[in-house]
Amino acid sequence: MDRDGTELKMAPPKVAGALELSGAQMVIRALKDQGVKHIFGYPGGAVLPIYDAIFQQNDIEHVLCRHEQGATHAAEGYARSTGRPGVVLVTSGPGATNAVTGLTDALLDSIPLIVICGQVASHLIGTDAFQEADTVGITRACTKHNWLVKDVDDLSRVMHEAFQIATTGRPGPVVIDIPKDVQFKKGPYTGPQAVKHRTYRVKSDPDLGQIVKAIELMANAKKPLFYTGGGIINSGPVASKLLRELVALTGFPVTSTLMGLGAFPASSPEWLGLVGMHGTYEANHAMHDCDVMICLGARFDDRVTGKIDLFSPDSKKIHLDIDPSQINKNVRVDVPIVADAAKALKEMLHFWKTQKKKSDAPALKDWWAQIDQWRAKKSLDYKASTKLIKPQYAIDRLYALTRGRNVFITTEVGQHQMWAAQRFKFEEPNRWMTSGGLGTMGYGLPAAVGVQMAHPGALVIDIAGEASVQMTMQEMSTAVQYDLPIKIFILNNEYMGMVRQWQQLLHGGRYSHSYSEALPDFVKLAEAYGGVGLRASMPDELDAKILEMIDSPKPVLFDVRVDPKENCYPMIPSGRAHNEMILSDAMEEETVVSDEGKMLV
Amino acid sequence: MRAPTERHTIAVLVDNEAGVLARVVGLFSGRGYNIESLTVAEVDHTAHTSRVTVVTSGTPEVIEQIEAQLRRLVPVHSVVNWTTSAPGIEREMALVKVTGTGDKRAEAQRISEIFRAHIVDTTHNSFVFEITGAPEKIDNFVDLMRPLGLVDVSRTGVAAISRGPEAM
Repeated sequence: MDRDGTELKMAPPKVAGALELSGAQMVIRALKDQGVKHIFGYPGGAVLPIYDAIFQQNDIEHVLCRHEQGATHAAEGYARSTGRPGVVLVTSGPGATNAVTGLTDALLDSIPLIVICGQVASHLIGTDAFQEADTVGITRACTKHNWLVKDVDDLSRVMHEAFQIATTGRPGPVVIDIPKDVQFKKGPYTGPQAVKHRTYRVKSDPDLGQIVKAIELMANAKKPLFYTGGGIINSGPVASKLLRELVALTGFPVTSTLMGLGAFPASSPEWLGLVGMHGTYEANHAMHDCDVMICLGARFDDRVTGKIDLFSPDSKKIHLDIDPSQINKNVRVDVPIVADAAKALKEMLHFWKTQKKKSDAPALKDWWAQIDQWRAKKSLDYKASTKLIKPQYAIDRLYALTRGRNVFITTEVGQHQMWAAQRFKFEEPNRWMTSGGLGTMGYGLPAAVGVQMAHPGALVIDIAGEASVQMTMQEMSTAVQYDLPIKIFILNNEYMGMVRQWQQLLHGGRYSHSYSEALPDFVKLAEAYGGVGLRASMPDELDAKILEMIDSPKPVLFDVRVDPKENCYPMIPSGRAHNEMILSDAMEEETVVSDEGKMLV
Repeated sequence: MRAPTERHTIAVLVDNEAGVLARVVGLFSGRGYNIESLTVAEVDHTAHTSRVTVVTSGTPEVIEQIEAQLRRLVPVHSVVNWTTSAPGIEREMALVKVTGTGDKRAEAQRISEIFRAHIVDTTHNSFVFEITGAPEKIDNFVDLMRPLGLVDVSRTGVAAISRGPEAM
């Protein structure tokens, strides 16, 4: 810990010849110096000086979204698909409060976001001025850190610290709140290299003693399992590469959280599929029965663990995370490793090789035989139909017809998201953008906007539901304005499908307010925005329409009318263990959740 | 099933910047942790560092999480748990107002001497006592004053420091 009192937080010295800029110019200059190319935002009174500075330069392109929440999700999609931070610019009051959902989403999914908010002039703060909100107060709980910059002399330092904090360690969102008078005032600008934070330190190098312990456990494991998460993706592509090497060396099976999909290729024989509430039978049974669990960059979320006291009862657990507060938070672990995933994986590989470790081949053979029995359950199977488009079929066809292309997938939240996670096969990291921790309906469409901004030639598809997509539909207008040919693949079952499913399973089939009444005509809606609208109702017309969607040079809303009654299986009901999954052919109508389980979400 | 709740005293050295106390307090309320007492003041006027002392309670797992979550706050320099990591001394100060006349007044004064409390204000029918000590001692003093005309108590919360030559 740094307790050196000499390194004071002082205003930068006013050196003769230092670059004098207005606060607004400093913001743009700092963004440029941080390598930012695109920002997502919405103007308003308290942020006009910064918009004026944007007008007078060409280095940074501003993407005008239609709602500040849309801007934050677009920035999240941008960040998640590139590994670079997403930057958002909004005004005071409602501009800032509208950004709160995106900030919270980014906090829970560890996405680096820099959100710059205008604020009313300093002398008006605290007077309930027009469009005043206590932005740092409101966003304190949904950011990694935030600042109210009262003095222009602090602004460039804060801007650079914000990038450092948002992008290093466990990434996350930050807010910089800048009163309007500070945007006008002039002060000296300092570059990124001058910034060393007083207190913020990241421990990214692993303790080698812990690595050796982990290797030892792995070499002696009879029933090992890699349980990987978003931390592998956040660490960067090197971590994914090293994970593949480690799996190739050990021959251990791999499962992943929702956030970790793509870190390990779904085409590999070691891949067991998604883990957790809607994970595969084989992944969840392997989690339950394994004797050594190697958790890499995941956080034992309740959607993964199921009933916590029945979670993987007989395993020794290795837990790699860059955030020390995740260790022993939900589950006690035996070998914690606090480090960056790539650095830790590099050392694990190094020690595995130099200590000439070998997996226990006979035991592993038995373990794989057991896993193959679980796989034989074919837990993702569904009843095919020639009359109705099954949502699973729609995703399978989408996957088949987009294979080999440069594809990025975003999703909204609900059944369609889980079907996409179960069925769409990701081979690379940064290809899958979804709202995991917060479960934000309305994430996918604006996220697709952000992804397409970062990857102009790519095929960017939002796998959506008809309910979710209406929450941020206005961003279609953004897509049209910036010629972003995003594809919104709506699995339209006329229900908030996951709500309906839970009401069926938990609440006696009383479908309280989960029916999507008065739906818009999505084809006409697309046309109204200046995009392309498509609709398919029968399985045999799906392929041609999907190809039409892919080939369209414009944003597309594709209304795929799917079976409204289909449920998402397999499923671990709330309050149950991993080995108490229900499968699609089990029971459809009866209540399967205990009263205790109903209390959980 | 659940491990028993323990009381812990945790010191947090923070940069004395705007909103830092709100970050600490917000962490406790947002994650459902208890605060039994909390004191905060700038301890280094040139380095602008403040020391927050929190008395909290929870299972050992919860206490471990509290420390880890506190360390995650950006303006935090260091976190020390005086209950587990180092033997510490805890002191609290209280101002205690007691009204009454006659025997009760005399008894209040007599007990205050036993507790080494100081009288810092007096009228013909009231005393304000200043008492310093461990929180339990103050609890006992306040309990004894209750039947003798206790009308008001103001407590500072716990300040803590380690024994021996080492700094935090």
